[in-house]
Amino acid sequence: MTTTTSTTTTATTSRHASVRTAPAVAPGTGPTSPSTTTPGPEQLAAVVAAVRRGRTTGRARAVVVGLLLLLGCVVTFAASLVVGEFALPLREVALALVGRGGDDAAFVVGTLRLPRAVTAVLVGAAFGLGGIVFQSLARNPLASPDVIGVSAGSTVAAVGVLVAGTAFGVQVDQALLTPAAFVGGLLATTAIYLLAWRRGLSAYRLVLVGIAVAAMLNAVTSYLLTRAEITDAQRAFVWLTGSVNGRGWDDVRVMALALVVLVPLLLVLASPLRTLQLGDDTARGVGVRVEPSRAALVVVALGCVSVATAVAGPVAFVAFVAGPVARRLVGTPLTVVPAALTGALLVLLSDLVARTALAPTELPVGIVTGLVGAPYLLWLLTRANRLGRTG
Amino acid sequence: MATASTVQARDGAPSPPTRPAARRSALASAPSRLVGLLLAVAGLGLLCLLSLAVGSRPVALPDVVAALTAFDPGQEDHVVVVSLRVPRTLVALLVGLGLGLAGAVMQGLTRNPLADPGILGVSAGAALAVVVGITVGVSTLGAQVWLALAGAAVASAVVYALGSTGRSGATPVALALAGAAVTAFLVSVTTTLLLLDSATLDQYRFWAVGHVAGRDLSVAAQVAPFLAVGAVLALASGRALNALALGDDVARSLGARVGLTRVAAALSVVLLVGAATAAAGPIAFVGLTVPHVARALTGPDHRWVLAYSAVLAPVLLLAADVLGRVVARPGELQVGIVTAVVGAPVFIALVRRRTLAQV
Repeated sequence: MTTTTSTTTTATTSRHASVRTAPAVAPGTGPTSPSTTTPGPEQLAAVVAAVRRGRTTGRARAVVVGLLLLLGCVVTFAASLVVGEFALPLREVALALVGRGGDDAAFVVGTLRLPRAVTAVLVGAAFGLGGIVFQSLARNPLASPDVIGVSAGSTVAAVGVLVAGTAFGVQVDQALLTPAAFVGGLLATTAIYLLAWRRGLSAYRLVLVGIAVAAMLNAVTSYLLTRAEITDAQRAFVWLTGSVNGRGWDDVRVMALALVVLVPLLLVLASPLRTLQLGDDTARGVGVRVEPSRAALVVVALGCVSVATAVAGPVAFVAFVAGPVARRLVGTPLTVVPAALTGALLVLLSDLVARTALAPTELPVGIVTGLVGAPYLLWLLTRANRLGRTG
Repeated sequence: MATASTVQARDGAPSPPTRPAARRSALASAPSRLVGLLLAVAGLGLLCLLSLAVGSRPVALPDVVAALTAFDPGQEDHVVVVSLRVPRTLVALLVGLGLGLAGAVMQGLTRNPLADPGILGVSAGAALAVVVGITVGVSTLGAQVWLALAGAAVASAVVYALGSTGRSGATPVALALAGAAVTAFLVSVTTTLLLLDSATLDQYRFWAVGHVAGRDLSVAAQVAPFLAVGAVLALASGRALNALALGDDVARSLGARVGLTRVAAALSVVLLVGAATAAAGPIAFVGLTVPHVARALTGPDHRWVLAYSAVLAPVLLLAADVLGRVVARPGELQVGIVTAVVGAPVFIALVRRRTLAQV
C-alpha cells in the first residue's frame, strides 16, 4: 500500500517539475489536461491551457505534497513505535497492535508508545491548524498562538496547579494538569477575545491584546516558579517546554474529540478565510459576512490551540512554523490540510529525536521543535529574501 | 487621513509611510510637547523620592533628605536609604531609561510596532549567556553583567545579519521573523541546560523574573557607561529614523545614510538592552509599551518619541518597583512582575481606545 503511494507521488512530482521548469514546451501534454489538444485559435488555446495547467498543477502539487507529508507521518509513526529503550522489531509491533504480541510488547506498544505517538500526531495537527488560521487572519506570520498568549493562560494554570498541589499536599499528575491547562487557556482566550472585540474583531488588535495578556500571564508564571519547590519548578519547566512523555489514551481521547468537532468546522470556514485574506472590503464585496466569519475562525483556531496546549504544553514553534513551511511546500497562500500534516510530522519527528538523542535522558519535545524549527524558519527567510519577497 | 491609518492598522503589516505632519496627537505643538516632557521629568523626580521613602521600613521624607545631605551612619533610616534604596532607585532609573529608549529605537528601526527586545532575540541571548555562566559556575553579579551584554550583542548581531541578507535588506518582517527564530533556538538551548541541571534552574528562575532589589552601586557603575553610549546613539538617531520611516528609497533620496543609521541604531539597542538586562534581568513589556504611550502623546516624530520614552520608561519602572514593595508587605513583588501586570492593562486600553499610532 505504502509503496504504491510513493511511486505514484514521485511520478507526479517529476511530471510537475518538468512542467514547471519548461513551461513553454508543449502545453497541455500533461495527462490531466488532454482537452487542450482540441483545435482552435492557437493563442487562445495556449492561454486556456496555461490557466488550466496553473490550476491543475497547483492542486496537484497540494495533493502530492499532502501525500508525501502523510507518508512521512506514517513512516515516522512506525519508527516511533519501533525505536526506544526496549527495541521492538516492526513485526512484533504489528503483532502487538493486533493483540497477538507478548505481554511486554503489548505494554510497551499499547500503553507507552502508541498513545504517545498518536498524541504527538493530534497535538501537532492542532497546533498547525491553529497557527495557520491566525497567521492568515492577521496576514502576519508573527501572529502565531505562541506569540499571542493563548498558551500563556494554559501555562499559568498548569504551573499554578503544580505549586498549589505541593502547598496543599495533593499529588498532581497529568490527569489534573490537562483540565487545569485547558480551563486556563480557555479563560485567557476568552479574555483576549473580549478585550480585542470592539465593533468587530480586528486581527491586528487581537494580536496586540494577545501579546499584552501573554506578557502579564508569563510574569505571573515566572513569579509562581520562584515560589515553587525546586522539584515542582522542574516539572513545571518540562511541562511549559512542551512534552508528550507519559501521555495516555485519556489524552488521545480528549484531543480526538476536540478535533472531530473542530476540523470539519475549519474546513467549512477555509473558503471565507481564503477570501478574507484579500482584505475586508473585497471579502464583503464577494458576499462574505466578514465579522461572523472572522469570529468563528478565531474561536475554532483558539479551540485547537488550547486543547493541544492543555494536553502537551505549549510545544515551542509548531504553530509558528507549520503554516509557513506548508505554504512554501505547496506554493499557495492558504494550505489548511498540509499545515496540519506538517505540524503532525514536526511533533512526531521531534519527539522521536527528543527521546533518543541523549538517551537514556529524555528531553521534552519542545526543545527539539525549537532547535529544529528555528533554522528551518531562517532558511525560509533567507530564501524569501533572495527572491526579493518576505513573509 | 484617519480612515487611511485605520486601514493600515488593520493590515497588521508595517504601514506604508504617511506624512508625519498629517497625524493628530495629544500634544500637537512643540511648546506643549516640551511642557509635557518637563512635567514628566518632574513626576520622575517625585517618584525617585517616593522610591527612597517607601518600603518595608518607611522613612519620612525629611529623613530621606537628611540621609542624602547629612549622612549619619548611626541612624538606621539613613543606612537603609543610602545603602539599599539609593542604589536600587538608581538601577531602576538606568534600566528604565535603557529599555524605553531601546524599545523606541527598535520600533522605529524595524518599522514594526511590535518590536521589543523579547521579540528580536536580545533578551534570549542575554538569558542564554547568563545560564551558561551559572552552569560553569560563574554567577557573581559583575560577571553576569558582562555575560548578559555579550549574549545580547551576539544574538542581535546574528538576528540582524540573518534578517538583512538578500536583496530586500533588513525589512521589518524579515527582522522580526529572524528575531523570533533566533529566540526560539536560544530558548531551546537555554531550556536544555536548565533541565539537565536543577541547580542552574534554581538560580535562573530568580534571575528570570527581573528585579532591581539587592543591586549595589557597583552594578550601576558597571552598566552606566554602556547605557550612556547607547543613549547618546539612540537620541542622535531620531532625525535619521524619521527619514527611514518614509521608506528606504525616499530616505536615501533625502540624503539619509540608510545603512549607517541602521548600524548605529542597532548598536544602541544592543548596548541599552544588554546593559539593562544585565542589571535587572529580563524585564518584559517596558520596551514595548512605553514607546506606544509616547507616540500617542507626541505624534510620530522620533526625536520626541525618544525623549518621552527615555523619561516615561523609568517612571513606569520606578512606580512598579514602589508598588511591588507596598502590595506584598512584608515581602515584595519583583519589578518585572509588576511592570507586566500593571503595564498590560494600560497597553490594552491604549490598543482599544484609538487606532494605534503607526511607527
